[in-house]
Amino acid sequence: MPSSGMHGDEPGIALTPVDIDTTSVPRGGSTTARFRELDASGLVLKALRLAVFYLALLALWQLLYSLHVWSPYLLPSPSDVWHSFIDYVDNGLIQKAVRASMQRLVLIIGMACGSNKYVDETLGSLVLGLQSLPSITWLPLAILWFGLNQNAIIFVTFMGSVGAIAISARAGVQAIPPLYRRAAATMGASRYQSVRYVLLPAMVPSMAQGLKLGWSFAWRSLMAAELIFVTMGLGHLLNLGRDLNNMSLVLAIMFVIVAIGLAVDRIFFARVEAWVVERWGLEAA
Amino acid sequence: MASETFDQRTRLPPKPKFEAPAERMAAGGELMALRGVTRHFRTRRHDTLAIDRISLSVNEGEFVCIVGPSGCGKSTLLNIVAGLDHPSGGEALFDGRRIDRPGRERIVVFQEPALYPWLNVRANVELGLKIAGIGRSERKRLADRYISLVNLRRFEKAYIHELSGGMKQRAQLARALAVEPRMLLMDEPFAALDAQTRDVLQQELQEITSRLKTTVIFVTHNVREAVILADRVVVMTPAPGKLKTEIAIPLPRPRGPDSHAVVDLAARVRTELQHDIYAAQSAEDSYAI
Repeated sequence: MPSSGMHGDEPGIALTPVDIDTTSVPRGGSTTARFRELDASGLVLKALRLAVFYLALLALWQLLYSLHVWSPYLLPSPSDVWHSFIDYVDNGLIQKAVRASMQRLVLIIGMACGSNKYVDETLGSLVLGLQSLPSITWLPLAILWFGLNQNAIIFVTFMGSVGAIAISARAGVQAIPPLYRRAAATMGASRYQSVRYVLLPAMVPSMAQGLKLGWSFAWRSLMAAELIFVTMGLGHLLNLGRDLNNMSLVLAIMFVIVAIGLAVDRIFFARVEAWVVERWGLEAA
Repeated sequence: MASETFDQRTRLPPKPKFEAPAERMAAGGELMALRGVTRHFRTRRHDTLAIDRISLSVNEGEFVCIVGPSGCGKSTLLNIVAGLDHPSGGEALFDGRRIDRPGRERIVVFQEPALYPWLNVRANVELGLKIAGIGRSERKRLADRYISLVNLRRFEKAYIHELSGGMKQRAQLARALAVEPRMLLMDEPFAALDAQTRDVLQQELQEITSRLKTTVIFVTHNVREAVILADRVVVMTPAPGKLKTEIAIPLPRPRGPDSHAVVDLAARVRTELQHDIYAAQSAEDSYAI
């Protein structure tokens, strides 16, 4: 076999994960197969550290409550918050609110995904400008256009995320090495084929990033919109808590918001990112 | 029509390992011809003449190496044959027809591994076939054949960033060969590799192209590489890129990198090249004055 000399440079394979580790893997992306061997003991330690930190935080909260720094209706105790949370879980209001909020969000991300294809350069500058506008400022307009219903909220949330997603999509197309297209051309690819087989797959890493960004913008806008505008959502429950002077409810809802945000980030987007890094190698920075 | 040529090519019985170059050159008539091809690059201030009235003919089954210093327009020349670039003057013909677009009968192997990182080796090789509209089972058969041919069988499931530089170029070669082009255009494919890998790939490329009787235009600035691989070496001069001489390499194959005949001929080609480089430099100097 004349190839014997070739296998001399195989150690190059072993080097790549190191590069990946230092350049592009976010801390949450530890689900990648390569890091599994590190995880066994490292994960336990990490969990332990996190547990200690949050227990300390809870203790501090309880301490502040016990010292009566603020009156209980402004700062309820952790157990009050927990009871309030359980109450609202029991009467199904939180589940309903979560469902209402998530339904809207999924719809919105879907819409944003669908429309990004048509974003071109002229639209790009407009999007960039709109991006500097907090999406909640669209609410008055949205109410006038769509009336007092769910569509107004969908519109506001959409305006909050579409910019981020569109900008990432545009950056994604521009970041594609010209060599990819030349290679497709030399294989005789038609315009459609080079979009289908090269352009779209090459955009995936930046689209994943754009969606993550879009999700966090959408989530924020959604909460803001629900706070102001009465629907059956988490933001509305937050406002209800304020109206009823039920600070425990307010805090409980805030925890739910954080928990959902973290869960989506850690469970969904961490997986997407790990997958992108594994497939695309170093280019998924 | 297209599938017929594919079948015909792949059903070729395995040939004896190497053939004499004389036999190969006799194999066919003119496949590609450049007639007075010129290429300008116009920027706002400058009008650069990249290549100047180049005429070159390549026969079916021939392995032609184009050598020249960097900036002599050899890559531009290759791009014109590939259809990725267009001549400003003159004409480029392939099989008697004007080259006006890229096509898989003239496939390019690039210096950088132009492989798609989201596909593994096998999927990369099959992509060209998919684009050609070849059915699944035929795709699989052709991919198997050419992945084996470049000795990548063990790595066919690997993603591109997991491969060494040499393996990437093997994969790129397999992808190019799999669509069974009539002409392979190689643009310094081994330039970024270390010396040992380069030696191995040169030997394998010799063997593969002899066996498949592929017509190849191979651009390089490495003179010895050109002498090892080519039936004919074409020497280009820089600024503007012109064709200076053609040197036939009538050596039997396989050619080792250190055989006396190869070293001697390489020295001859190098003399031609150096003469031109000095000439170009003194021309530049006088221009500066």
